[in-house]
Amino acid sequence: MNDLAVRFSGVHKQYRHFHLADIDLELPTGSIMGFIGANGAGKSTTLRILMGLVHQDRGAVEVLGQSMPSQQAQAKADIGFVAEDMRLYKWATLAWHMDFIASIYPGWDAAYAAELVRRFDIRPEQKMRGMSHGQRVKAGLLLALARRPRLLVLDEPTTGLDPVARHEVLGALMEVLTDESRTVLFSSQNTLDVEQISDQITFIDRGRIIDSADKESYLERWRRVRLDVPPDVILPALDDVVARSTTGRLTVLTSNRFTAAMAEACAAAGATVNSIETMTLEEIFLANVQQRREKEAA
Amino acid sequence: MTEIRTRDLVISQTDSRPMYLQIVEQIEQRVAVGDWPAGAEIPSIRQLAADLRVSVITVKRAYYELERSGVIATQQGKGSTVAPATRASADLHHGELARQIEHVARLGALSNLSADELAARVRTALAELQRKNREKP
Repeated sequence: MNDLAVRFSGVHKQYRHFHLADIDLELPTGSIMGFIGANGAGKSTTLRILMGLVHQDRGAVEVLGQSMPSQQAQAKADIGFVAEDMRLYKWATLAWHMDFIASIYPGWDAAYAAELVRRFDIRPEQKMRGMSHGQRVKAGLLLALARRPRLLVLDEPTTGLDPVARHEVLGALMEVLTDESRTVLFSSQNTLDVEQISDQITFIDRGRIIDSADKESYLERWRRVRLDVPPDVILPALDDVVARSTTGRLTVLTSNRFTAAMAEACAAAGATVNSIETMTLEEIFLANVQQRREKEAA
Repeated sequence: MTEIRTRDLVISQTDSRPMYLQIVEQIEQRVAVGDWPAGAEIPSIRQLAADLRVSVITVKRAYYELERSGVIATQQGKGSTVAPATRASADLHHGELARQIEHVARLGALSNLSADELAARVRTALAELQRKNREKP
């Protein structure tokens, strides 16, 4: 059994105004990855390459052991893909869609589908046309989940959802993961969702992956250090400091590879360490993107 | 057998402490106050993750820390249980007892109870607990 559900290596895709470059990505089976990036960063393009909907110019993509796009027919039987612009038939009811999907995919689990209908609080007899955004998102998710695919790929599943719907959707995703052989990849602009439920996180900005790591050790590496630096003290040169801002005597350092030695070096130089703080994924993402963009501009 | 309920645990996103630490502290507390008795089965990592809607890796980290400090015991293929009474759980109980006694003392002082009256109340509560335990089938 392959222990990677998804693997990208050296993937490129050139558009006229956008370039996806050097995409390397590994998603272990049984885990859930949150894919974070601003609008236009390349999240959807990456997911579409994964699905074989867009073909890469070069580089290798392997999904559930199948090479994409050449073996996409085999791979797709085991992938559930949900995106905002998914074409569901407006004039048809959810029940019609459920019957339709059930007739194509032998793995369709009618009992699970019925349970999701109840939990998502949606009505099968309703036509897609009459559904709200949240109901449509949940309907699309239901159609993918009830097939019980080995890999679930979701493009912004929580965008535009109210808190109740968001809670229902996150709960359904986490339930998929109680089965160790299933894997979830979802993109999001909401770092709070990603921080809450992801095992793996990947940041993408301007067509490049800027970080991809397991969440716990990644969060553990980042710290903000607040220092009181007297006028005659000069801080030592420190590696792994991605941002530094000074106002008056107070300096704030942001590090992506914090160690106790870093704070000790500042203290030895004569500064007082006021606090060492953990950071949220959102703060880390912003610090990371800013630093990269400044480097590019320099 | 006491049922372990995952709704006993509540994770806060506004809490500045990492989520795995919140899980560690809350399980320690449930064990310390006796809600989760020694030997009780605790949910699997993936089940707790699904129930709390937090990532598997976060719960894994919490269980790892709890195991290291001897609060829970994990048997390969059998899942995790609250560890039998050990130094670790004794320490947890003592710590919790100290906190609760301080609380009782403060409430006693607020109600103007004398030391003897307070002690009598504690003895009554103890006797009541023993009576209840005897009645248990």
